[in-house]
This record gives sequence, C-alpha cells and structure tokens, in this order.
Amino acid sequence: MAHQSELIEKDILAYLKSQEEKSLLRFITCGSVDDGKSTLIGRLLWDSKMVFEDQLAALEADSKKVGTQGGAIDYALLLDGLQAEREQGITIDVAYRFFSTDKRKFIVADTPGHEQYTRNMVTGASTAQVAVILVDARKGLLTQTRRHSYLTSLVGIRHVVLAINKMDLIGYDEQRFQSILRDYEQFAAPLGFASITAIPISALNGDNIIEKSADTAWYSGPTLMEYLETVQIETENREKPFRLPVQWVNRPHLDFRGFCGTIASGVIRPGDELQVASSGRASRVERIVTMNGDLTEAVAGQAITLTLSDEIDISRGDLLTTPETPPLYTRHPEAHLVWLHDEALQPGQIYLVKTATAVTPGRVTGVQYVVDVNTLEQKQAPTLGLNEIGVASLELDRPVSFDTYRQNRDTGSFILIDRFTNATVAAGMVIAASPSGTGEQAFRPELELNGLQPRIVMLDGAAISGQGVSVVELSQDTGLFEFEMSDSFFEYLGKGNRILFRLRDVAQLEAVARLAYDRELSFEFDRTAEGISILLFKRLISGGGGTSRDEGTGI
Amino acid sequence: MSQHVTHLQQLEAESIHIIREVVAEFGNPVMLYSIGKDSAVMLHLARKAFYPAPPPFPLLHVDTTWKFREMIQFRDRMAAECGFDLIVHVNEEGGDRGVSPFTHGSALYTDVMKTEGLKQALDRYKFDAAFGGARRDEEKSRAKERIFSFRSAHHRWDPKNQRPELWNLYNTRIKPGESIRVFPLSNWTELDIWQYIHLENIPIVPLYYAAVRPVVERDGMLIMVDDDRLELLPDEEVQYKSVRFRTLGCYPLTGAVESEANTLPQIIQEMLLTRTSERQGRLIDHDQAGSMEKKKQEGYF
Repeated sequence: MAHQSELIEKDILAYLKSQEEKSLLRFITCGSVDDGKSTLIGRLLWDSKMVFEDQLAALEADSKKVGTQGGAIDYALLLDGLQAEREQGITIDVAYRFFSTDKRKFIVADTPGHEQYTRNMVTGASTAQVAVILVDARKGLLTQTRRHSYLTSLVGIRHVVLAINKMDLIGYDEQRFQSILRDYEQFAAPLGFASITAIPISALNGDNIIEKSADTAWYSGPTLMEYLETVQIETENREKPFRLPVQWVNRPHLDFRGFCGTIASGVIRPGDELQVASSGRASRVERIVTMNGDLTEAVAGQAITLTLSDEIDISRGDLLTTPETPPLYTRHPEAHLVWLHDEALQPGQIYLVKTATAVTPGRVTGVQYVVDVNTLEQKQAPTLGLNEIGVASLELDRPVSFDTYRQNRDTGSFILIDRFTNATVAAGMVIAASPSGTGEQAFRPELELNGLQPRIVMLDGAAISGQGVSVVELSQDTGLFEFEMSDSFFEYLGKGNRILFRLRDVAQLEAVARLAYDRELSFEFDRTAEGISILLFKRLISGGGGTSRDEGTGI
Repeated sequence: MSQHVTHLQQLEAESIHIIREVVAEFGNPVMLYSIGKDSAVMLHLARKAFYPAPPPFPLLHVDTTWKFREMIQFRDRMAAECGFDLIVHVNEEGGDRGVSPFTHGSALYTDVMKTEGLKQALDRYKFDAAFGGARRDEEKSRAKERIFSFRSAHHRWDPKNQRPELWNLYNTRIKPGESIRVFPLSNWTELDIWQYIHLENIPIVPLYYAAVRPVVERDGMLIMVDDDRLELLPDEEVQYKSVRFRTLGCYPLTGAVESEANTLPQIIQEMLLTRTSERQGRLIDHDQAGSMEKKKQEGYF
C-alpha cells in the first residue's frame, strides 16, 4: 500500500480528503483453467501493494510447498482460499478480492474455470459492471470465450476487456493480437456491449498490467489498471425512471411512517410524485430522512427512508415508482433462468420467487428452449438441469412488479427457492411479461448470436402439404433461419400455390425476404397472437392486358 | 451528492440494505457485538438503517472474561447511549472449569469460551439470525463466505455447500433450529473501516490509540498486563511502552504494537505505511494454515 506514500507521510489529512471522493468498481474475471486468471488477480493485488509482509512470507512458503511455478512465487496461491481447493489445485467457488488505488476501490469476483462454471460465473457477474475476459494468445478464441461472452452479456455487463494473455509466449506478436481482436469484434458484435477494449498482457511477467510493457511498443492503449481506474461506468441508473422497492416500513410511533429501501434507479427529491405500482395510488415525497439530517436529493444506489404527504397503504414488497413510466405488473413473467442446483427444474411445482423485496409462490409453466452455452444453439427440452440456461414462462400466485432485466438489473432479477429444502435453485432475468410476446425490450443474446449460424430449413417435396397453401410452422422456433428451396417446390409455387410461414420473431422475417428476393417472389405480412405469419407466393402477370391474376393484395 | 456516490457511500448503502433485510425477514435477530472497530461501524450502520427508530434487535456480547477492561466499560456505555438491549453471555461451564488462555492453550480456550459460548447463547435465546462484523479481506476463507451464511442446527458452516448469492437478493429461508450468520461488512476493507470511522466520527475503544501501557514480551508479541491474572514467566518483566492495538480481543492473546499514534488520522497513517496485515496480532490464526476455516466450520464466527 505504498501508493501516494509521500502524501500519507507528509499530510495524512489531505490524503484522507482525497480518498473520500473515490468511486467503487466491481468487476469479474472470466477464464478457463490455465488461462492465468488467478495469476492475473494475484498480480493486481501484488502490484497495487495489497500484499502485506506476513502474507508474503506465507506466500513464499506455500509457493515452495504447493506452488506450480517450480518454487518461484505463485501469485495464484494468494487467492486459493479454502484448504480443499489448495489440495486440488483449483478454486471451487466464487471468491471476492479487494484492492484499491488512489482513484478507485475495486471488488473482484473471482470464479473458477471448470464445469460448475455457469453457476459460479453468473453469481459473480450478477453484481459486476465490467468483465475481464482472458484469452490465451497462443490459442485465440475458444469455445469458452464464446461462453464467457454470452454469460457476460446475459447478466447485463456492458463493458468488456479482452485480456490477451501470455503474449510473452508468442513473442509479443502484434499481428496475432490484432487478428484475435478482429475475430472477437466480429463474434461479439451482436451482444450489444457498450465497449470492448483489448489489451496485450502477460499476467506472469506483469506486462501491461500496471506499467506499460517495453515489449509491446506497438500498443498504445491503456494498461489493464489504467483501464479499470478510468472506465466510465454509466450513471445511467440514475437517468432511468425512479424505482424504490420498499424493504421495510419504519413506524417508531404514530407520527412517523417511513418507507425504507435502496433506490434501484432514478433520482428523488422532496415534492416529487410517486405511485405504488400495484395499487396505482399516488402521493408526494415529504422528506428524505437520514440520521445525518434530511436530504434534498437521493439517487440510485442509496439506502434511504422516505416519508410521504398522504397516508396510503404501502408495505414491504411494494414498488414505489415515478407515475410517468410504470413497471410491468404481471403474474406471467417470461425470463431467462439459470439453473443453479443439482436437482432439475420441476415444471408445475411451486417455488418461492424472491424479487427485489417480495417473495411470491409461483411455478414454471414451460421451458421454451434451452441454450447450449458452448455452441449457443437452442434446443427443446422439458426441463433445466444444473448449469443450464433457458427461457421459461412463469406463473405467479399474484402479480408482481418487474422491469425487464435489460432495463433494470435490480427490479428485473429474481431467484427461485425450493420450498422444501430452502435451496436457491435458479436465477431469473425478466425478458417480458407474457403473453404480450416479444416486445421491443426483449433481448436475447443467444438469439442474436445464433444469427451467425442460421438453421437451414429445406423447402422441398416434403414441405408440400397439399394444393393451395402449404404451412411451414416455425412459431416455436426462436433461432434464425435460412431457407433452401428445391426446384420442384419452386415449380409448385409457379402453379399458383402459396406458402404460409408461421414465425415467432420479426427478426426471422429477413430469411423469408431473402428467399423472395432470390427467387423473385412476393409476400404478405400479418402480425398474429403467436408471432407473425407470412404468405409467400409467385405473382403471376398475365401476358397482354397487364391485369394481375393473383389473389394477393400486392405490397 | 450530485456528482457520484463514493465508495464509502456505496458500502454504507449495501450494509444498510443487508441489515434491513434481516429485520424484515427474520423473527429473532441479534447483533454480535465484539466491541472492536468493525463492531463499532456495524452498530453505527444499524442505527442509520432504522433512524429515527432504535434498531429493533439486541446486542450480544460473548464475554470470555478475558477482554480488556476498557472494552467492557466502552461496551456498556455504547449500549446505553444507542438504546440497545445488551445481552452478555459467558460460558459458565468453561468458567467453572477454570479454562483460561494460560492453562489450556489458545486453541482449546478459544473453542470453549468463544465458539462454545457463542453457540450456547444462540441456542438459549433462539436467535435465528446473527450479525457479525467479519470482513472478506481479513482472511482467505472469509473471501468465499456468503453475506448471508447458512448454519446447520449444529451451527456448522459447510463451505462446499453454500447457497449461491446473486444481485442483492438474499435467500433468508431456514428451518427451525437452523440459523443464518449475516456479515454486513463483507465488502469493507480495513482501510474503508478506518476512513468511515473518521468521516462519521464514530466512537471507538481508547485502546486503539497509543498510550503508555504496561506490557510484557511473550512469543514475539507485546502482551498488555491488563489485570493481575497475567502471571509473569521467570524471564519476563513488565515494561512501560507507548503502544496501541490494531485489533482487540482477549488481552492475553492480543499483541500490541509500539506506536505514538494517538489521533485517528495518525492511526490511519500508521496503518497505511505499515506492511503487516492486522490479523497477525491475533494468536489464533497462527496455529496452522487453514485454521480459521476449521474454526468457522465448527461454528466460530
């Protein structure tokens, strides 16, 4: 902890003053076994002088005894907390590490890189604002890079560092670095990250961790620490509509009724109008009460106590919101579920659904699809097992106020608890309220990613279901398609027959349009309860008079 | 306020959220009060969480009878000033058997007077949730412990079978007899604690400040002669030195550091310039690697 040691020695009060303005950044490191993740975090702790002499002595002893660096200092041992893990040489659970520089305090979620990965990474990432994704420079992008990026996007992290590690082992080759970055940018484009920053590093040697490396003169970007110290974490939570989940009603005597909770988003001032999401009743903020005196303003992230100017019925579990943009209020959320428990999901069984403050019994009525986190393919499955991710429909015993997770991580998330074992069995992220279908807020990174590998649907003799109209039923399918049409099918259309495509998502329309373009066909479009339907046909132009014979309305 | 929420404000908000959640979800919570600086911060946060009401739970101090006298005075004063009910529990069995750090060694003594004493108190009063002031940066096994840490009916912690903890959604469900230990300061570091004490003007036990005190050198540590139960070994002699304590516990097990720091900024200054982590002053962690993990599994805080 020797940073700014001069100021600490000479003027401790000035130092303390300067530290009061520090911000807090939470990040996660994602990597597989042997990517050098523990070494990287150990390095950050080490180089930010967070390792004390007695810990150093213990580290040196441990490095000789159980280290993997041939007796040299094994930074990874700074992190392997539990004895069992040390013996196995792997970390088995999420651990949190702390270090701090002059600009920021950091909380790192350190998650292991083996098969329990999904559960642990989602847990660690749920509170992170930045993800550092490690790539071995020798190996480039791997299946796990894809998996880490998908999970990062799924849990709503917007800023990604692509830490291309082990640069020392490829001779600090710029071409290789650039090519990995290009691959990654192309791959991650649909994931909607706000920023991707690639940094060439060697965790073992400390290249571009704190200090710029002399071996990467071609690299002009920030070191990892510079990046972490300066990345602008959106104050966007503050710009979103006001949300206060009521956690506790404080009623010390008859003259005081305070509503306590942590502001999930927005800003509040005395005089502002508020509404109870469930009842629609409205009132105004009278005071924002704290032990250090009333506040004139409170913002997202603060734990506050409000009093209102009217006596309206509010209790724990209610969501206080701005009247302009009310949240979803539904019994039927549709959500991404990450299954965290050995015992698989039992559709139809009652679980306890814990949201920002309410606990409501509810059941999963159906799994729409499961995402393979390695290939991002979707498959139909009746249930979800440990570490599986899927999109599911829920039915709650009573309506609950939600936002979509994409809009608000605090009011869009929930956990499922087993009523009998009390185990936390799943993490949920709200996509939309069913059955309004896929609104514009729906964000499904796996759907976007699958766009890279559309499923090929053959339109051939087998797809012909009779004279007039053949139906191609794809409304249960959430991926993207590519249609291939056989000549015989084309001839079938040429005889005035038509195809009715039933699709789920408007994004899937493109494949039909492309087919129409390639084969000079026409189509009609309708929105339906299930999704969309498209009627594709060959427009027949009569020879002489130019009158159309087709029965379509034309587009 | 309108620029950004600082790291201390964020830590404060997280802790208050945790404390409120416990009160909302549990029937009979208690706050473990160890009288140290972390407890001082935790108590302060509890007051803030429920202001203007007093915190709706009692304080529990598991007294080993070997605490510094100044700690006990401070404890009684704080409980009265802040409007807390104070429960003091001593493991009578251990007391009757004359268990002391001198006669039974630090490991057995800690087990009987602290771990057993704590379990007895939790059982006697049937507390279903107990706040503790532990921080994840203190020790490696703590880094993996949940904020809401489940305990079996026998108070055991199972590090390999912890409930996943996501966002700020805490699973508070337990069966009769089971309990949850809650650590609202999990994400604070030693420096955060000191900065917050400074910023919020939180009272702490005077032992943290340097003063001339009677000490003996034993096993490489400076042990304060707090009362006449400390028997001097043949080659030991009482010296008067300006010392202070970085951590407070049972006086025969807690090493003092030589220091002149007698203001809060000086203490923080010394802490920042020193190169030894705070738990080194505690004898119990030195027993063996992983010793804290073992104690925790057995029910130690």
